[in-house]
Amino acid sequence: MVKQIVTVTVNGARHQREIEPRMLLSDFIRHELSLTGTHVGCEHGVCGTCTVLVDGVATRSCLCLAVQADGLSVETVESLGKIGALHPLQQAFWEKHGLQCGFCTPGMLMCLAELLRTNPNPDREAIVEAIGGNLCRCTGYQNIIAAAEYAVELLSARKEAA
Amino acid sequence: MNTVTKSAPIPPSRQREKPGQALKWIGTNMKRVEDPRLLTGQGRYIDDVDLPNMLHAAVLRSPHAHARIKSIDVSAAAALPGVVKVLTGADIAASTNALPCFANPPVEQRCVAVGRVRHVGEPVVVAVAESRYVAEDALDRVVIEFEELPVVVDPEKAIQSSGDAVLHPERGATNIAIQRHFAFGPVEQDFANAAKIIRRRLCWPRSGAQPLETVGAVAEYESGSGKFTVHINSSMYNYVGWTMALSLGVPAHKLNIVPVLAGGSFGSKLFVHKVGVLTAALARICGRPVKYIEDRIDNIMACDNHGSDRIYDAELALDADNRMIGLRCKVIDDYGAYFQFGIGHHGNALSQIVGPYKIRSVDLSITAVFTNKCQQGAYRGFGSEVSNFVIERLADAAVDELGVDPAEFRRKNFIQPEDFPYKIPTGNLYDSGNYGAVLDEALRMLDYQGWRKKQAEYRKQGRYIGIGVATCQERSVFSATEFWMLNEEAGFALTSSPEGVSIKVDPLGKVVVSLNAPFWGNSPETMATMILAEQLKIDPSDISVVYSDTDHGLAGTGPGGSRYTVMVAGAVVGAAGMIKEKLFRVAGHMLEASPGDLEMRDGKVGVKGAPGLEKTIAEIAMHAHFFRLSMPDDPTLTSGIDAAYTYDHPLTTLPSDDRSDLGIFYPIMGHMCHMPVVEVDPGTGQVKFLDYVAVHDCGTMVNPMTLAGHVRGGTAQGIGTALYEQYYYDDSGQLLTASYADYLIPTLFEVPANVRVGHVETPSPFTEYGIKGGGEGGRMGAPPAICSAIEDALRPLGVKVDALPITPRKLRTLIREAQTRAA
Repeated sequence: MVKQIVTVTVNGARHQREIEPRMLLSDFIRHELSLTGTHVGCEHGVCGTCTVLVDGVATRSCLCLAVQADGLSVETVESLGKIGALHPLQQAFWEKHGLQCGFCTPGMLMCLAELLRTNPNPDREAIVEAIGGNLCRCTGYQNIIAAAEYAVELLSARKEAA
Repeated sequence: MNTVTKSAPIPPSRQREKPGQALKWIGTNMKRVEDPRLLTGQGRYIDDVDLPNMLHAAVLRSPHAHARIKSIDVSAAAALPGVVKVLTGADIAASTNALPCFANPPVEQRCVAVGRVRHVGEPVVVAVAESRYVAEDALDRVVIEFEELPVVVDPEKAIQSSGDAVLHPERGATNIAIQRHFAFGPVEQDFANAAKIIRRRLCWPRSGAQPLETVGAVAEYESGSGKFTVHINSSMYNYVGWTMALSLGVPAHKLNIVPVLAGGSFGSKLFVHKVGVLTAALARICGRPVKYIEDRIDNIMACDNHGSDRIYDAELALDADNRMIGLRCKVIDDYGAYFQFGIGHHGNALSQIVGPYKIRSVDLSITAVFTNKCQQGAYRGFGSEVSNFVIERLADAAVDELGVDPAEFRRKNFIQPEDFPYKIPTGNLYDSGNYGAVLDEALRMLDYQGWRKKQAEYRKQGRYIGIGVATCQERSVFSATEFWMLNEEAGFALTSSPEGVSIKVDPLGKVVVSLNAPFWGNSPETMATMILAEQLKIDPSDISVVYSDTDHGLAGTGPGGSRYTVMVAGAVVGAAGMIKEKLFRVAGHMLEASPGDLEMRDGKVGVKGAPGLEKTIAEIAMHAHFFRLSMPDDPTLTSGIDAAYTYDHPLTTLPSDDRSDLGIFYPIMGHMCHMPVVEVDPGTGQVKFLDYVAVHDCGTMVNPMTLAGHVRGGTAQGIGTALYEQYYYDDSGQLLTASYADYLIPTLFEVPANVRVGHVETPSPFTEYGIKGGGEGGRMGAPPAICSAIEDALRPLGVKVDALPITPRKLRTLIREAQTRAA
């Protein structure tokens, strides 16, 4: 198969690779760039586990080809926070026990990151809307919603402090 | 084999740490130590393992439910650039043996089918290539000629199968895998004397764990040493991982199994030897590391972990005082095409088949059949979730026929707190319990009477509100006898299910704990950390937890049967005792005190009653590691501080030879009461949750927050089982729900906004600190509770719910039928 050169900015760093046009964005992120925080759950676009932001918009990376992201900016869970300096969403998920196996978590976090960027003070309905298409098999969702609500509090407290 | 003919006495308790102590960590909502790396994308799951020079495998799956493989032509596939090998079942079988099987007699299963396929999705050809994309391309070029055979889908018809419809003719000319009858107590007498007999035919559908991560392995083979290294998201690798070596035809020390984090299991990754053996075999054949990760459709069709699939004809005998006295069930269980666990699921169910009730006799006929479906595995409950459903459906049927209150009818039949330890008719022991207290807490939390009033008001408005009640058991801490005790001939009659840990104090005084079972979404690191911090009186941040591979591992059975927290607590208490002894010996020398006069205090060892007279663990550790000549010349005092301890099952006995008594095999008995409030829309069949209370008694709680997480997550799975999920095979054996678009896992719109979780603590007298297991309860209680609520909502119409899942369409049909009957 004829390969194609793509340039994708991922988490602020520019990457150029020669790839087959059929390569999924999820495989590009995971296997070309070794950013394994993005997980692949169903590979047919239902579970939302592989969600990343493409130019700021939550996107299922298993339903998207890497060539479609050529010239665009991608954000993955690795862009949020680091151990010792967690993003408020990550901190809130930790404190509210919003994860068990952690496999769906990156997709949940990225959907919520998109939400908080456009709506820093979402109500429960907006949160439910943002992650309503993502599956979690461990938690029953309740603590995920509680974590998202708590992240909103943490963010606004952080803004007040700043 | 050691067997006893009479009921063995109850072994004495080996509990070292009593319940009710003042504790610093156990009982707190400590944040999980696993989480920071998971939240930042730094968890290491199986697909994150990447070895140099690694190849990728893809599997071609049978499109037929039952067929002979006449011929396979792989030449076009093998010629594709980038393809390394294209292998048939016969090719793989040339270097591997059959897969492990716990059934006796076993059923031969191969990691790639040889000669015949027995279910849709069974592996037929595997391609190995430089990339997964190319491996999948290769599969498109494989040409296979099948000769279709008669397909068996209906388990009741499977009983009559003959000729080519028999899946395993070498095992006899029948699709009956095993048929057994067991009677415990005066069944005939109880049914003959019953004042009333409640009868129901109940269907439990085939659903499955569906963790968001599939099964996968990365294997390498060193031809120089003849050794395999297999990275895999399997759970029981330190328990039965050696059986993979048998399949590979090598001694167990030539196979090192390396665990990774598992992205969920719920039982489904207990025993995933097909993937491990296949990947290892490919690595040996190709001479390069190989990765094989199931895609979602692989996992749904051929993961070998579909859940129980049963039809029960169930009868409950009541005396004139409305007391349950006898239970009689005939069950047909559709095991699918293979039989990896035998009928261990029914052994499991017999541990708590009478529920929390004083039923004195049990009669059970089991017919397990083979059909052209994926075989059963383990899914949260392992068969006991079905017996919970059966006994609770019978209880509700009795409530309905007697016109009594569902809560009070159950209470009247409860085993009472003073009855424990209580031996049920099957021989299993319930260690402790206080079922009335759990029921009371649930009634209080729900405001049961308040909801009854509201229900009456809504009914006047034409709204159908129902309050469900289920009071269920959650047996925990399995003993291995359940796997074989129901067989005609026991077979491999194992009786061990241990859990080991090793602990090392490093020279700077920090602690490393090595577990022998993996993370699969539970909280093993948090549990071990909290218990060890309690034992050594050190800060949790001074502990790190790692997972041993099989080369370095001790015995470890791993999570499953809600056993891990209890078992790892036993192992940590044992190993910490040895660490303390060593710390005291070295510190005693340093402080010129007798070890008997020393105590652990906040990261230090000090002389009792002498504040300030102490050494830090760091000082003691450095001394122990590097200053041997500063210590007494005693050969029993060696350098370093480390300990390994293996904790055996705390309370188990053998079954009797005649199986009139199954022995104690699942005694650490949790209990729950689930009370959902639902509204049913009779026009659409939709079920909406208005409230949900779940009160659990899992003994002493180590971490109420994570326990509540299990309860809520399990409840969501129970909602899926009750209302939405099914592996649905059509008459030709095609799986019509083989994607997430068709197999409906609850989203957040299908679960209650707030499952209100309550806790009662009745400590076990047999486990450390009195802990009981709590990993499965939600799914073991929600299905009967939801059925109860739906029937309660539709009581004016007389709708009976006997088969799951109650999809809107099915419920609408039941409502229509009831309306027709009424008219």
